[in-house]
Amino acid sequence: MKLIEDANKEALKRILEAEPKLLDVIPAREAIKGLKERMILHSGPPITWDRMCGPMRGAVAGAIVFEGWAPDLASAEKLAADGGIKFHPNHHFDAVGPMTGMTTVSMPVFVVENARFGNRAYCAINEGLGKVMRFGGNDETVLARLRWLRDVFGPEMSKTLRLLGSVELKSIVARGLSMGDELHQRNVACSSVFLREVAPALARVSTDKEVLAECLGFIAKNDQFFLNIAMAMAKTMTDPAKGIRGSTVVTAMCRNGTEFGVRVSGTGDRWFTAPVEMPEGLYFPGYSEKDANPDMGDSAIVETVGLGGFAMAASPAVAGFVGAGSPSSAANFTKAMGEITVSQNSEWTIAAMDFAGVPTGIDVRLVVETGLQPTINTGIAHREPGVGQVGAGVVKAPMGCFTQAVRAIAKDLGVS
Amino acid sequence: MAELEESPAAQLLKADVKVVNVGLEGFVKDLEDCGIGVVHLDWVPPAGGDPEMAALLAKLGV
Amino acid sequence: MSTFILNEIRKGFYLDSVALMRLSRQIAASPGIAEAALMMGTPSNVAIMRNAGILKDGKTDAQGNDLVIAMRADSEAAARAALTEAEKELDKPKTQADGASAWRPRSIAAAVAGVDGLNLALISVPGDFAAAEARKALSRGLHVMMFSDNVSIEDERSLKEQARESGLLMMGPDCGTAVIGGAPLAFANRLKRGGVGIIGASGTGTQEVSCLISEAGEGISHAIGVGGRDLKKDIGGITTLMAIDALDQDSATERVVLISKPPHPDVAKVVIDRISKSPKPYTVCFIGADSADLPSNATFAPTLKAASEAALGRAIVNDGFDVKVEAKQLAPRKGASRIEGLYCGGTLCAEAQVILKAGGRQVASNAAIPGVPDFEHADAKGRERIIDLGADEYTKGKPHPMIDPSVRDDAIRAALKDPPIAVVLVDLVIGYGAHADPAGHLVETVADRGPDAPHIVASVCGTEQDPQVRSEQARRLRAAGIHVAPSNADACELALAIVNRT
Repeated sequence: MKLIEDANKEALKRILEAEPKLLDVIPAREAIKGLKERMILHSGPPITWDRMCGPMRGAVAGAIVFEGWAPDLASAEKLAADGGIKFHPNHHFDAVGPMTGMTTVSMPVFVVENARFGNRAYCAINEGLGKVMRFGGNDETVLARLRWLRDVFGPEMSKTLRLLGSVELKSIVARGLSMGDELHQRNVACSSVFLREVAPALARVSTDKEVLAECLGFIAKNDQFFLNIAMAMAKTMTDPAKGIRGSTVVTAMCRNGTEFGVRVSGTGDRWFTAPVEMPEGLYFPGYSEKDANPDMGDSAIVETVGLGGFAMAASPAVAGFVGAGSPSSAANFTKAMGEITVSQNSEWTIAAMDFAGVPTGIDVRLVVETGLQPTINTGIAHREPGVGQVGAGVVKAPMGCFTQAVRAIAKDLGVS
Repeated sequence: MAELEESPAAQLLKADVKVVNVGLEGFVKDLEDCGIGVVHLDWVPPAGGDPEMAALLAKLGV
Repeated sequence: MSTFILNEIRKGFYLDSVALMRLSRQIAASPGIAEAALMMGTPSNVAIMRNAGILKDGKTDAQGNDLVIAMRADSEAAARAALTEAEKELDKPKTQADGASAWRPRSIAAAVAGVDGLNLALISVPGDFAAAEARKALSRGLHVMMFSDNVSIEDERSLKEQARESGLLMMGPDCGTAVIGGAPLAFANRLKRGGVGIIGASGTGTQEVSCLISEAGEGISHAIGVGGRDLKKDIGGITTLMAIDALDQDSATERVVLISKPPHPDVAKVVIDRISKSPKPYTVCFIGADSADLPSNATFAPTLKAASEAALGRAIVNDGFDVKVEAKQLAPRKGASRIEGLYCGGTLCAEAQVILKAGGRQVASNAAIPGVPDFEHADAKGRERIIDLGADEYTKGKPHPMIDPSVRDDAIRAALKDPPIAVVLVDLVIGYGAHADPAGHLVETVADRGPDAPHIVASVCGTEQDPQVRSEQARRLRAAGIHVAPSNADACELALAIVNRT
């Protein structure tokens, strides 16, 4: 249908024209309009406390204690269960968050602006590996790190970025792709390039050598540091493509550990949800499938702009690591995703595929037609709160989201 | 007299045939044996074999 | 005896029908299994399984992309054992040497986007899906050769209209063979290249003519298949007319042979009128028709052999084969005077009817030509039977006898024991797509016939260049006492000569 093809062309044009820049790191209460005390933003489509999975509940309890809304984890859980906390998806507040995706008032968030369209998106700072809130961790070490991010690292980054003016993100991603990142499971190259870009400014603004060393060390030790920046970047890219009548292009994919949610341009802010699938992957020693929590996080926003599982060919090592197949089969994933996307991103290319651009603009029609579900590279959380990451793998976006979306667009266009 | 413009069908007879094979895999080897370029599809019934959905997708231009 | 029906569904598990049929046969042969099938759950397959009495309560929840394993067994234990075997076969690791480079596009759209220069789609998916795939191919500028059958005539018409609008060839549905610029599409033979173009509404008719011409030393430019229904009134010869246009413009083609069942009179008129405007000489073989009112640039041929000779411009000289001489060497079978024709090739079956009828025999067929009664017909009683075993009633849910000749085995064995039968007349079709060794299969099937069994007269449709090698197939047949004629027409003449002596 011409209306659909034209609408999709427009959606793609908007996604590809984006000029995402990292501007600042500021407390969420200042950045996010409408975010209030006793309000928690979580990953995925909307969900209530009673339907939250273990790690999500653990993170919620930790966030409540961190914000001082309850003195301890037990009373925090009670507060949440009794309806004392308002829960909303990050996506409803221009935000995204990995795994459990906790965003609350005092957490520092990256501010990314799409200069072409003037819209912004926000994401909290990646906490690193080990016991962390995004995997449901909530003990004292987790909360102490969050306080350090709030009181030390956040303000230092803010001063750094203000000195720099802004950091242009597309070119960092382009370089990362050529250095073996796919921007979801592997961000080591982008994190390193980012560190290289900000280190001199960080040194200039810092008044304490110890603090400077801690901040530099924090970025340097966390291979996934750039993921959260990439997520906010991806959201600024897809948001301008929302609400183009007839467009079948996906503008968001996310999961809350219970449900997978998909938004499509032509249907605006509506969520198409289906039960989330279990990731398939490799487990850290001592863990297995039976420990795994169903898939979680807003991070699938990077797949929505052609990264992660869609850019697997750029990152053969990830293909092997996430148990998706042999490293030599990495290109097959990217080629398969090419079958369900409208176009390629000519700025983000993959050398191993003769500089083909990453497949961009998931078309729900093509997903349903081919039966090829979007492949998402993901971390695997333990099903119990507080344990953390137990593996990494791939998960497929459930077909139900896409069939619903096709029917909704058809209905909107009066096609039956 | 103006040359009659060749139809696509006439062009096919002149061109090197290059085939996309949709279905029985056995035909691939036969074509390859004759030096004919061929791409075999990893074909499955479209739309998960749901004829109603396949028809809807066709109307939506897939 | 008690029976147990076992149904198992594998959701979203697709295998192509050839692989499944092979497995079905293996499972059906397991101990204690009365009937078994592994099929994709398309509506037509479900109907087949229901009719076979292997669906529990006659129904299933399976959809088109679900695999159904269904069987009827003497006992639950036998059924479970067979199911285990089936599952083991299904799950056996596929031996693929190199998974790395083995990306295959899922859709025609992706193939066209990802591979330069594609110009033709060869479609052989089940009939329920074939029209949709053809539509996708045509709308992306690909010519289509549709091997699939069970496509509705309405779909055929709309596909051909769509193709005509874009100037694309829509060959088929149910198009068994085509050779475009040396590319064998589906069932086809390895032919010498040359100046004869063929337009064929029939698969084996095209194969026989192309092979006879190629074996006689001339060559084929292209063989364009149009599908068995193209010259019916509903279709109006859309593809045939486009093929004539294309061959008119093709400098490699010097003359053309058109092969079809007798067309609808209105369509025949349009096609013949178009031929009259062609600068090239035509041979028209409407097999089963006695004549046609043709323009001066066209010659009528009643048989495939006659069509080949007309295109060659000379008689085919068969080295050392003379019907009279051959027949004289064969002792008549006592008390037997009938011919039974058991054919894989539909047009070869039609040609047999033409020749035997012309030879004064009273024949009937399940694929009757004009003037020959159908088996259903009252007049068929007592007549000699010329059977097309590739017809739908024999092949629904089974491979075509050209792929798996075992469909014909029982009929051959029965005919060999039938006292009034003097000659069993058979065809063997070789080439791409066909069985790897039909001669070997036939020899094995008839190995235990008695010394007084009827004569078996065979022809091999194919060429020396085919993978099975025509002369090698003939040699094996002769070594087993089967009489081999150089063409189907000659085989029919030999059968006539034998029964006319008795």
